[in-house]
Amino acid sequence: MSDLTGLTLKAALDGLAAKTFSSEEITNAHLSAIEAASALNAFVVNTPDKALEMARASDARRAKGEAGPLDGAPLGIKDLFCTEGVESTAASKILRGFKPVYESTVTSNLWRDGAVMLGKLNMDEFAMGSSNETSAWGPVVNPWRAQGGNADLTPGGSSGGSAAAVAAELCLGATATDTGGSIRQPAAFTGTVGIKPTYGRCSRWGIVAFASSLDQAGPMARTVEDTAILLKSMSGHDPKDSTSIDAEVPDFPSFCGKSVKGLRVGIPKEYRVDGMPPEIEKLWEQGIAWLKEAGCEIVEVSLPHTKYALPAYYIIAPAEASSNLARYDGMRYGLRVDGANLTDTYEQTRAEGFGAEVKRRILIGTYVLSAGYYDAYYLKALKVRRRIADDFDQAWEKVDALLTPTAPSAAFALGEKSDDPVAMYLNDIFTVTVNLAGLPGMSVPAGVDAQGLPLGLQLIGRNLDEGTLFSLGSAIEKAADFRAKPAKWW
Amino acid sequence: MAIDAATVRKVARLARIAEPEEKLEPLAKELSGIMTWIEQLNEVDTNGVEPMTTSVAMSLPMRDDVVTDGGDPAKVLANAPKTARDFFIVPKVVE
Repeated sequence: MSDLTGLTLKAALDGLAAKTFSSEEITNAHLSAIEAASALNAFVVNTPDKALEMARASDARRAKGEAGPLDGAPLGIKDLFCTEGVESTAASKILRGFKPVYESTVTSNLWRDGAVMLGKLNMDEFAMGSSNETSAWGPVVNPWRAQGGNADLTPGGSSGGSAAAVAAELCLGATATDTGGSIRQPAAFTGTVGIKPTYGRCSRWGIVAFASSLDQAGPMARTVEDTAILLKSMSGHDPKDSTSIDAEVPDFPSFCGKSVKGLRVGIPKEYRVDGMPPEIEKLWEQGIAWLKEAGCEIVEVSLPHTKYALPAYYIIAPAEASSNLARYDGMRYGLRVDGANLTDTYEQTRAEGFGAEVKRRILIGTYVLSAGYYDAYYLKALKVRRRIADDFDQAWEKVDALLTPTAPSAAFALGEKSDDPVAMYLNDIFTVTVNLAGLPGMSVPAGVDAQGLPLGLQLIGRNLDEGTLFSLGSAIEKAADFRAKPAKWW
Repeated sequence: MAIDAATVRKVARLARIAEPEEKLEPLAKELSGIMTWIEQLNEVDTNGVEPMTTSVAMSLPMRDDVVTDGGDPAKVLANAPKTARDFFIVPKVVE
């Protein structure tokens, strides 16, 4: 049945509509693929019974002529999304056994449109990480391996389970979230497409909070069009999220394949960083050539505060996280370790429940918000954030979108950077600026390096202008004709 | 700025995370490394710059002050580590 798992989401929806196969058939094909892929550790919870029940209900709807836009399509859900009655742990021990009594808005939207849930996808604990190694349930393994090598590589993070599952054809598409690059960097590392929409496009309600002013949900899939189809369902105004944008959701798929002639694409010179592999530089040049050929006007632009984005992020995100994660007190849900008194119970619970990286970030966040340091660190970072956003505003006077590499390297080996937090943080150097400014960003697979590992290009757009990204993304996709797939070893 | 073990002890207490004595020194070193890297922000001139707390340029939406949810203690308590009747059971708070 591997022919059914190899379909794009679009082709699968067409096949379901034409009744070439049923949702039950394509769901079963994916469930078998998941069962055979346990070596990837992409799923943390499998929900085969629920999947088949949803698939049969979908087939029944379709028989009555009541099929929705995603009806019958099996998807994977990042474990950061609360799913009613299904364990949702954010890959943390502190939430082991937590079964939400409600459904996140984004997943509710997907089920409203008929999608089928295969299970919950592994990730870095509380989405804090760039390699999936901070998961309490063990790292995800990238389905890609270097040519001639058999070392386990990282799928990136934090949405590493989503990326690996999509790349290994365990689901047609997946939900993911992006606070500093957690959709785009894993997409680049696994040869998949991922888009972080404009902040506020997808409701944050029911998504376990990390850094609320930066967190944003988005889809991952194997084609640009597939991500457009998914994003259309996931998006929309939600009164339950006070930062949800009350704007009409465009018909994203209609932007795919649209002419990009005359669009002005900016190349920010500050993204040429020291030590970037020449292959990535070359791929970037290739991307520029492809867009020129497609009729775009290429403009050199400057985003002078780019290098300050990561250090600003590592104040703002931990500060917000230290506040958000204060809720894990062992009283209302999650782990409780009984101590000598109330404070001791809090302290033992959090010491036992949180992993090393989460603790590190809570400590940094608490430190920068503590008396005497607030102005020097937190307020300073918020002002630098404004400068970074201003850089983009100035660029939009000259261009319609920006083209950059997605990540400074291809996928690296598990364990390679886990001892050096700053080296790990530098993975997000090209992606984090977009979160600080709230802008949409997309990663498109564009080629492979000398070892045969996928590399991605990033497109950045104006506020609420995901449409232009889908047009430019499909232009790159068409020119790159990226067909490489990981050789199945699992 | 260098962070010492005493500062880590204080911050860990504020964050309600028990850190064993022998971990304070290594943590201080690690956090100092990160904070030193963060200090490069001081190179940016931010005089007169308004702090940016959110990327959405809108005011908080208002809604009618009415009850929209609630009245389901079983759901509220469903994931609690310890409960009795319709209550959470917590350690003694007042001596």
